[in-house]
Amino acid sequence: MPGPDILAATEQILSAFTPERPNLIPILQAVQGKLGYLPRSAMQAIAGYLRIAPVDVYGVVTFYNQFRLNPPGKHSVKVCLGTACHMKGGYIALDAWQRRLGISPRQTTPDREFDLDTVACVGCCTMAPVTVVDGKPEARVDPTRVDGILLSFGREPPAKDQK
Amino acid sequence: MKTVTLTIDGKVIKARAGEKLLWAALENGIYIPNLCAIREREEPDASCRLCWVEVEGQSDPVPACAIGVQEGMAVSTKGEKALALARAAFELLMASHALDCAHCQANGRCELQKIAKVLKCSLKPKRLRLLLRDLPVDDSSPLFSYDPNKCVLCGRCVWECRKHREKAIMGFAHRGFERRLTTFADEPIGADRCLDCSECVKVCPTGALTLK
Ligand code: FES
Repeated sequence: MPGPDILAATEQILSAFTPERPNLIPILQAVQGKLGYLPRSAMQAIAGYLRIAPVDVYGVVTFYNQFRLNPPGKHSVKVCLGTACHMKGGYIALDAWQRRLGISPRQTTPDREFDLDTVACVGCCTMAPVTVVDGKPEARVDPTRVDGILLSFGREPPAKDQK
Repeated sequence: MKTVTLTIDGKVIKARAGEKLLWAALENGIYIPNLCAIREREEPDASCRLCWVEVEGQSDPVPACAIGVQEGMAVSTKGEKALALARAAFELLMASHALDCAHCQANGRCELQKIAKVLKCSLKPKRLRLLLRDLPVDDSSPLFSYDPNKCVLCGRCVWECRKHREKAIMGFAHRGFERRLTTFADEPIGADRCLDCSECVKVCPTGALTLK
């Protein structure tokens, strides 16, 4: 979405709120609901409207998992790092996703195909370690399973895996 | 102005009614370790957990920055229970601190060195494994450097910067272990928005913010 549209959409949402600090989170939710993420220009416009420092908006956005700084990908990958998944190697799964997609949590692949995120418990601990792919929980996700899931989206694993 | 009389480590002191214990002690030359306390702040943050003291008649230690003085109060800054808590908090801080006193500009005036001495513990954590953050040093400001690896997240600089209101550039962002002092979108501090007042450097208790 080009710049002016972002600002127009943000301003339209802002006009529905009074410029008070407690409205920050509802505004962020509304803007993200509309744009899919929180572009930098939108965060700046929000800060200006509420007369607070942009860094304070950024602090809130980076604190809550629900807010995104990047546009969502076509497919969403959410790795559970809740207690059970943590114990069962959730970090190994996360590592595999990061390596395969070449991005860190809260980022989107440059081709906008996948976004990667972590979550704290999705409520199906018996399936640990869990990765939720496009809303569907995948059980016992190890690096091989990561490749399997990606294959089902037409992504071949690299022919020769270094190490 | 109403004053109250209390004793700290056996020394009788007078303090303004409503004053927090920490400030009453410091004003009377009794040092209690502290990092996050800011006097102008109405509600103490009480987040560094270093200022533990023991108050007679109370079974558990209390954070001095958050407790008001009271007439007849008997306070000890040397109780073992309080010191144990403060040491634990200090060790946690030091477990992710890029310790390099010999090459650090803050050497000699660093609050962490002072606190280690008062708590009689080493700057290097004994019970904890080091977990360093390895973040890049920000040298973009013409006036000062910011080394996030030496930051203890006390918030003193943020408080100073915030006095510029909407023009403030420093704040905390990210969460958990990733939490750090930063700017909007993690941009270099020296990018044109900084007003170069350097007030942040003056209040930094460690070598995280240093003048060039
Ligand atoms: S000074 Fe009391 S908790 Fe930090």
